[in-house]
Amino acid sequence: MSDLHEFLEKSASKKPTEGPQDHVVLSSRVRLARNLGGRAFPGRARKAERAEMLEQIHPSVEVLSAMRGGFSGVMTNFKALDKQVLVERHLISREHAAKSAGSGLALNKDQSLSVMINEEDHIRMQALLPGLQLKQAWQKIDRVDTALEKKLDYAFDTQLGYLTACPTNLGTGIRVSAMVHLPGLVLQEQVNQIVQAVTKLGHAVRGLYGEGTEALGHIFQVSNQMTLGESEADIIERINKVVLQIIEHEANARQKMLTSKPEELYNHIGRALGILRHAHIVNSKEAMNQLSLLRLGVDLGLVPGKNKGELDELFILSQPAHLQKFVGEKLSGEERDVHRAELLRARLGNLKGLKLPD
Amino acid sequence: MKCCRQECDKEATVHLTEIVDGQMKKIDLCEDCAQEKGVTNPQGFALADLLLGLGASQELEEAAGPDLVCSTCGFTQADFKKSGRLGCPDCYTTFAEALDGMLKQMHKGVQHVGKAPKALKQVMDKSKKLEALRGQLEDAVAQENYELAAQVRDQIKELETEEAGTE
Repeated sequence: MSDLHEFLEKSASKKPTEGPQDHVVLSSRVRLARNLGGRAFPGRARKAERAEMLEQIHPSVEVLSAMRGGFSGVMTNFKALDKQVLVERHLISREHAAKSAGSGLALNKDQSLSVMINEEDHIRMQALLPGLQLKQAWQKIDRVDTALEKKLDYAFDTQLGYLTACPTNLGTGIRVSAMVHLPGLVLQEQVNQIVQAVTKLGHAVRGLYGEGTEALGHIFQVSNQMTLGESEADIIERINKVVLQIIEHEANARQKMLTSKPEELYNHIGRALGILRHAHIVNSKEAMNQLSLLRLGVDLGLVPGKNKGELDELFILSQPAHLQKFVGEKLSGEERDVHRAELLRARLGNLKGLKLPD
Repeated sequence: MKCCRQECDKEATVHLTEIVDGQMKKIDLCEDCAQEKGVTNPQGFALADLLLGLGASQELEEAAGPDLVCSTCGFTQADFKKSGRLGCPDCYTTFAEALDGMLKQMHKGVQHVGKAPKALKQVMDKSKKLEALRGQLEDAVAQENYELAAQVRDQIKELETEEAGTE
């Protein structure tokens, strides 16, 4: 399919939203960086060279059986709004959204696989799965990589491994990350300790949309920093262990709030419900933070009649580009806030008050 | 102490120490650079990025000298300093000496472990096997176990001819 707009509309329903441990882990992602031997990296290559490499790489990706029924296109053909939608869905990086001539993209049918061509490296491919499925995501992207290496001549060195534009990705070229929802730890003011501990272990903790972004909606990304000197399996195992620890801490924090100060917890969730159901102007930051609290309420069984999947969908729909797609026109910031509130009221208006335990 | 960002001449007031896998990394920054690099915000802070942007380029310059140019892509050390990225895969050979120290700080090790392209992996496995066999041969000779030595020698020969045949 070559029309991105059409593809995104049609494939939205095919995307699975449930996964193991999804009360805390929103998604798991494994990204690999690969380059062609003897060719300048995209940041260095001239426009004509980049176009040439795109022409070489793109067909090799398109014919993979894993990409059948998916989407493939060049960045020059995408509208700014569509690029932003892809960023909001974590299918491309913000850096890739800024690219145009000489860069391309391929997505598989259910959007669990994404291959960016001529981002910082010639090829950046990722598998994105719901819940905690780091190993499965690795296996999925590993197969794509193995199929691609038969068609393309990768830059590889027996000592340094896969050669990448940035030395921080050298070796395995792997970035393993989990997106975690930590409202309990944030409300209990314990999240900084966790972040510090994870950072000390040599991993990175970032906000919702990657490097240098805020942890909106109590969502954090945990990922490996080091890529050389350790096998993919070991890296995945370490991140997996860290995430399991974080899940445990988050579960404890939630339980502690429920037992020691339930009114405070009910108050947070009840206020969130009130704002989402009744407000007429809601900016995206407020929407994310209140939806996050409501998601916590759903997880704790305090909000009957909604499931996490619906809230996660609203979370995405509240993002600026998705909202404009949804409404079908370009909107100013103020108009967006009104439309966002309207959408939230429509989707959440039928919710009753909190169902408190006896 | 001066700020360790090269282009900065101010007094360093922020001193950072991080221990990763028993390896200590230190950085001294002035207040402005610390702010700019997000050091004061522990969430957005990654020492690897910092090292790459600061100490790393300095190191590269000292070891490589400003005149070293990659013959494949024309990349220089000044380019690295500006972008924090290399120009092409061959840059890793051109700037090997200079990169070594930086990679040691940045990563767990400097020898790749893990996936390799299949065709290359076979060659790598074979050379590893050969290396092990040569060690065995030396041991056998040292121990005057000539029977074993002859066996090992035959195995080596077999592997070597196989290698020549596939090329």
